[in-house]
Amino acid sequence: MLQLSETQAAPVFMTANPYQPHMARIVRIYRMVEDNYVFTLRFLDDQLASAFSYRPGQFMMLSVPGAGEAPISISSSPSRPGILELCVRRVGRVTNALYRLPNNSVVGLRGPYGNGFPVETMTGNDLLIVAGGLGMAPLRSLMWYALDNRDDFRNVTLMYGVKSPAQMLFREELASLVGRDDMQCLLTVDSDPTGTWKHHIALLPKLFDYATITPATTYAAVCGPPVVYKFVLQRLLELGFSKDRILMSLERRMKCGVGKCNHCSVGYKLTCLHGPIFTYWDAINLPEMI
Amino acid sequence: MKVLRLPKERLDLFASVLQQFGEVHAPVEQNGKYAFRALSRWSDARLDYPRTILPPKKYFVPPKDTLFQYKEGLGYVPADLAADRRIILFGLHSCDIYGLNILDQVFSGKYDDPYYQARRKNVAIIGVDCIPDEHCFCHSMRADFVDKGFDLFFQDLGDRYLVMVGTALGDDMVLATGSLFEPVTPEDLAEYKQRSSAKRKAFKLHVEIRDLPEIFELEYDSSLWKQVGDRCLSCGACSMVCPTCYCFDVADDVDLGARSGSRSRTWDSCLFSTHAMVAGGENFREGRASRVKFRYYHKQRGFVAEYGRPSCVGCGRCISACPVNIDISQVISQLRGIENATA
Ligand SMILES: Cc1cc2nc3c(=O)[nH]c(=O)nc-3n(C[C@H](O)[C@H](O)[C@H](O)COP(=O)(O)OP(=O)(O)OC[C@H]3O[C@@H](n4cnc5c(N)ncnc54)[C@H](O)[C@@H]3O)c2cc1C
Ligand code: SF4
Ligand code: SF4
Ligand code: FES
Repeated sequence: MLQLSETQAAPVFMTANPYQPHMARIVRIYRMVEDNYVFTLRFLDDQLASAFSYRPGQFMMLSVPGAGEAPISISSSPSRPGILELCVRRVGRVTNALYRLPNNSVVGLRGPYGNGFPVETMTGNDLLIVAGGLGMAPLRSLMWYALDNRDDFRNVTLMYGVKSPAQMLFREELASLVGRDDMQCLLTVDSDPTGTWKHHIALLPKLFDYATITPATTYAAVCGPPVVYKFVLQRLLELGFSKDRILMSLERRMKCGVGKCNHCSVGYKLTCLHGPIFTYWDAINLPEMI
Repeated sequence: MKVLRLPKERLDLFASVLQQFGEVHAPVEQNGKYAFRALSRWSDARLDYPRTILPPKKYFVPPKDTLFQYKEGLGYVPADLAADRRIILFGLHSCDIYGLNILDQVFSGKYDDPYYQARRKNVAIIGVDCIPDEHCFCHSMRADFVDKGFDLFFQDLGDRYLVMVGTALGDDMVLATGSLFEPVTPEDLAEYKQRSSAKRKAFKLHVEIRDLPEIFELEYDSSLWKQVGDRCLSCGACSMVCPTCYCFDVADDVDLGARSGSRSRTWDSCLFSTHAMVAGGENFREGRASRVKFRYYHKQRGFVAEYGRPSCVGCGRCISACPVNIDISQVISQLRGIENATA
């Protein structure tokens, strides 16, 4: 049956087949933390590599030949085009296969998917980024976006906590931001078995004591394990944050990334289309959210 | 819409002409049940069937659908869609046509699904009307009548059919028969109206869908979900037979010893325990109650939010397929607080 579709225009770098992975080369593997490597990727097609753009908070579907596909947040910032950085934790079939690949191997990528952070709306406001554990992976994109477009934002604050120094993602990079006068970078560990940690040793919510935050003009972006959400959200509400100024990034099982397979649904929304960034207001109004 | 009449004794002739448009598939009987199949001869077609085991979605989203071949150096090469053969699907009931119209919405939009769309273009749809049985509630789901989604639609008027021509392709089929079809008469129209109101009265099952999304929100924590969950076996049969269930899984197969493989999608069900499981074993719908609830919630609430109508057409397949007799019409009525659903 012939039907006229009502397709909206998709970005130029997407082909007519939304499931089509585009081949990309692993140009660098940075063994950052055990079981948490950063893969720098560049599309083989030069035109695609330079035209490709995205928003902080969006994700890619990464294909490892023979193993399958997995959704991975983009950790790099669109303000630094040409390459993509994915920070991947080794957990299963696809991620293990990725870890076995040597430098210069070719993998598949499609995307970017998801809504990403509403950076236009956030412009002109203070930005508070709160990350726990692996939650730094998607938030790093937002952080560099804000620093590279520094005039678009007022105060920029990062609070990042992990269990021990060895688990901190992007440790050197973040440590180099401490003391910058155009942002406040607060890093903490629950405990420091090495005795060499130069930053805070406290639970993540404690960092709120060191920052001056004006909830009425701030957008808070939060990502981390459930316990982080529990205590950080509580803290933000106590400070007087409106529920739609709190943004969080969610993870669900995903098989398509484009709103077809229905695996990523939370309540009546799809994480891959309507998320993965949701406001706290969405979160409390959607069943199954947290 | 162009409307014609076809005396029933000419149906065989029409069917023979149809073959020039593609391979004719229709419901055939097997052990007292019915399935859409390629016909070896027209006389096998059973247009008076109650419902097929599997809905016609199998033609558009096959149980296993290869999306890509992976070849080293070439990357992911899409499966060749143009090679699919042309098919005439004869005998769809309006609920199943409605089901396809719903799938059309899912597989289009911002991201068009080229596999689905290619098959949709390759398969012609000829509808026939039907008489509801004890599991049908399509009138409640507003799917007992379709105004689009078919090339031709045959309404039974006793010794003749009233034929609605839905598309240019349908018109070509009619024209290819020469003068087999005739202009409708006022008696045909009168007969059609009389039969369609009789059909409306024949439904035994009724489900009230007004404000159902609100009811689902309000009864989200209802103890009914646990009761239903305790009975459910998580077999997924209800999803497999549903004309509008479209959840799929994607997996890669590697060719033995070779640096190549394929990626395909297979039917999945939100009733399966792994549907919402993520890394580390965390499962957002661990209990059966939460999964059963999800299926209903998604169809009657979530889908409405996204696409403006429930993704249930009232075909009754999940009612007849469930090994423990979980009945969607009863679940909805109980949720509403109406004890006996069957009027
Ligand atoms: C929007 C989004 C962003 C993500 N960003 C990152 C990131 O930046 N870095 C990172 O390391 N991981 C990220 N993840 C999680 C990552 O997708 C999973 O860890 C990955 O899919 C596991 O794949 P696997 O094949 O290695 O494991 P599998 O062998 O598939 O499975 C291991 C376990 O992972 C589960 N799983 C399957 N799919 C997913 C999924 N989509 N999410 C979570 N678990 C899943 C399986 O059910 C199983 O329990 C993100 C997930 C989402 C949804
Ligand atoms: S939910 Fe049941 S009655 Fe409704 S369309 Fe699906 S199989 Fe048919
Ligand atoms: S068919 Fe019945 S038992 Fe099987 S998953 Fe569906 S509701 Fe549960
Ligand atoms: S990942 Fe398939 S619908 Fe969201």
